[in-house]
Amino acid sequence: MMKSKDIAALLDEPACSHNKKEKSGCARPKPGASAGGCAFDGAQIALLPIADVAHIVHGSIACAGSSWDNRGTRSSGSRLFKIGMTTDLTEQDVIMGRGEKRLFHSIKQAIDNYSPSAVFVYNTCIPALIGDDIEAVCKSAQERWGTPVVPIDCAGFYGTKNLGNRIAGDAMVKHVCGTREPDPLPYGAESDTFKVHDVNLVGEYNIAGELWHVLPLLDHLGIRVLCTLSGDARFHEVQTMHRAKVNMMVCSKAMLNVARKLEDSFGSKWFEGSFYGVADVSKALRDFARLIEDPYLTARTEALIASEETRINKALEPWRKRLQGKRVLLYTGGVKSWSIVSALQDLGMTVVATGTKKSTEEDKARIRELMGENTKMVEDGSPRSLLNIVRDYKADILIAGGRNMYTALKARIPFLDINQEREFGYAGYEGMLELAKQLALTVESPIWQAVRKPAPWAISKEAAHG
Amino acid sequence: MAEITKRNKALSVSPLKASQTLGAALAFLGFHRAIPMLHGAQGCTAFGKVFFVRHFREPIPLQTSAMDQIAAVMGSDENVVEGLKAICSKNTPSLVGVPTTGLAETQGSDVVMAVKEFRQKYPEYNAIPVVPLSTPDFSGCLESGFAKAVEAIITTLVPDAESAGTQPGKRPRQVNVLVNASLTPGDLEALKDTIELFGLRPVVIPDLSDSLDGHLPDEDFSPLTIGGTLVSEMATLGDSLATLVIGASLHAAADALHKKTGVPDYRFEHLMGLEANDQFVHTLHTISAEPVPAKLQRQRAQLQDAMLDTHFMLGLSRFAIAADPDLLNAFSQLLAENGAYTVAAVAPSNAAVLARVATDKVHIGDLEDLEKAADANEAEVLICNSHGQETALRLGIPLLRAGFPQYDLLGGYQRQWIGYTGTRQTLFDLANILLSLEKGEIHPYQSIYAQKRDGEVTHTRH
Repeated sequence: MMKSKDIAALLDEPACSHNKKEKSGCARPKPGASAGGCAFDGAQIALLPIADVAHIVHGSIACAGSSWDNRGTRSSGSRLFKIGMTTDLTEQDVIMGRGEKRLFHSIKQAIDNYSPSAVFVYNTCIPALIGDDIEAVCKSAQERWGTPVVPIDCAGFYGTKNLGNRIAGDAMVKHVCGTREPDPLPYGAESDTFKVHDVNLVGEYNIAGELWHVLPLLDHLGIRVLCTLSGDARFHEVQTMHRAKVNMMVCSKAMLNVARKLEDSFGSKWFEGSFYGVADVSKALRDFARLIEDPYLTARTEALIASEETRINKALEPWRKRLQGKRVLLYTGGVKSWSIVSALQDLGMTVVATGTKKSTEEDKARIRELMGENTKMVEDGSPRSLLNIVRDYKADILIAGGRNMYTALKARIPFLDINQEREFGYAGYEGMLELAKQLALTVESPIWQAVRKPAPWAISKEAAHG
Repeated sequence: MAEITKRNKALSVSPLKASQTLGAALAFLGFHRAIPMLHGAQGCTAFGKVFFVRHFREPIPLQTSAMDQIAAVMGSDENVVEGLKAICSKNTPSLVGVPTTGLAETQGSDVVMAVKEFRQKYPEYNAIPVVPLSTPDFSGCLESGFAKAVEAIITTLVPDAESAGTQPGKRPRQVNVLVNASLTPGDLEALKDTIELFGLRPVVIPDLSDSLDGHLPDEDFSPLTIGGTLVSEMATLGDSLATLVIGASLHAAADALHKKTGVPDYRFEHLMGLEANDQFVHTLHTISAEPVPAKLQRQRAQLQDAMLDTHFMLGLSRFAIAADPDLLNAFSQLLAENGAYTVAAVAPSNAAVLARVATDKVHIGDLEDLEKAADANEAEVLICNSHGQETALRLGIPLLRAGFPQYDLLGGYQRQWIGYTGTRQTLFDLANILLSLEKGEIHPYQSIYAQKRDGEVTHTRH
């Protein structure tokens, strides 16, 4: 089991602006009033997209059984990560203390049958409680079979999903980053005026394949992504992360510890950014150029932004007309609370309120800048409160995470899913087009009229009584 | 309002049309102890029989007047007379239908006259009703033939209110239900259930759900239909409280019934989607003076919820539909109600209802026309009978089977499309089909600098 001082150390993230405030995004969950996931959930979500790894959940069935293969992340090659693996501990294992032995054999079985690049072992509550030493098991399994075996000690009761993200990032920095040097560049990739620069994208999960809207832009600029943590990543890419000149924290503060530790140990610079919305994509590209400090890259970046913005603005024109003036309630976490705002405003929509539960003071300042001083910031994300705001502010659509979807639908309110489980990619210039299409699809649907209208016999009854 | 473009080429390629004659035969198959005798050459019946046998996976009673070369030249009335005599003497049916084929019509056969001759020559069979009608395959389509047969059956079997003394509402819980060719036996079962929920007794004309619903009877063989509307019921239609008419193709039949009986009628073009079913249920509520049962209200709420859940997939999606006019109209209205587009629409023959199809243009044509329109307008899903399979393959889009014939799908005849529950299932199926298209799927891209090395075995030592 993880020591409480280690957990405290993970919770203290000097690079996070939440740290300055009393109220932390990583506060203890409130019994009876919590909706988020646990540390295991967070750790698994952060690392599962590493495609060629055998991800073994060490625990009884509930942890893996109800969560395997349920995310929208995509791989361009290996599909090993789609195979759910768990030690599925039995009562006998728990009573007789056979968990470690079962884990050891499970690792062998995974290596024998699937030849993974590495094995990740996720610890969960029961083995943590009964004292399985997964670190020791992983170590001896790695020695025995020669495949890297990485322990991720992320029992659910350690804390929230956010803590789990950090545990995952910490495990990568501690066990994986720096264990291999990057591949040499392809022959002829560089010239005197065209240098290729190495970067990482941290917190990019390639939901619905949206990373693939961004990579061609980076290729064009000569920016090599050593690794995305963790969308469409491979184990040996994670091994080379330490060589990146710049880390981009994509839309998330959850793995800030990764950026900070890589900065401390290897001097990589980092910035926070987003690939949602035309303005933010351009800004992210400029930030890379700014931190890399290559005048040729800066020139290429400006030229690319100019041509891409012209192209996409033309394509967005008809959609902007359809979405003009539509009112949005946005309820999502952290960085997205403003990055999506600018994307929506770019489409001509009015954001009437935005969720700030997970936002920092810095995020809130950005929101005020974008939406004006008197903007409504939503702290209480309970279904009732969201529905009230939709009604009071006459919002045409609620944009939130998948778990709020059926709240909105039951209340007969148009909805767009913006979180992990969604089926459409919105990143990059191209993603804006998909976002606009999905927004128009739900807002303009004739079903809203149909489901709000009372049955004809109910009307005639009212008339009779009225 | 949809613009209707007519057939503009000589050759019909991958035809959509099934003949009027077959449609008329199908209507007769919805009556108890009935048999249609197609007035034409043997082949007309043989092909028709195979058509229905494959669709329903049931034995189909179908006879022929077996016109040969001599009859085709010298006159074929005798074939009708002798054919009817053979059927009546052998099987003692409760109803014989005599729809004509193109051959008989072209030859100049007067089937009404032929039946009169049969009556004169064999008065011993006067108790067996015979319904002749003209349904050449060179006009109309299956749907119009079906509708014509319903009209002819009403005209022949329903007595005038004056002479028979029938009176609307004398049977205060009985409602006549005229149904078109697009309603499946599964639809009819659901329709009857719904009507019965209001304490009403439906007399469905014709009732294929009692004859071709695919049940295993005790008898090992019957040359006649083994279920369907009782012919004796036809005399009571004038006493009914109301007539419900499902399908625009039945307007003429409904007019005929109304003229004969004076029973008030309520007409519905189709029963797909929330709006259409609301109107239908509201009508049942009004004529029965019963409250809308909780069960139906629940089904309505379930449909609304399905509309919410499926609109993410159905919204802005693009459909190509090839079907007889009533079915085409029904699907287009359902899709429009749920934010989907009908971008290619083809019907085998013209009908007034086509102007109301929710699309820009309806073409009277074949599956080749459909394929071209679907391709040009980027349809994502095809709704068509089983013949659409090849079209769908060539277009590279999925097919939802509906209409006649469905020879490569078990249970197609039993599928329920209508009502709150049938609509709900249709929406789910359409949404699932759309999900399978992986729309918005972003094509995998590997960077030119990628270090991925997929396919290499990275671990060797055991």
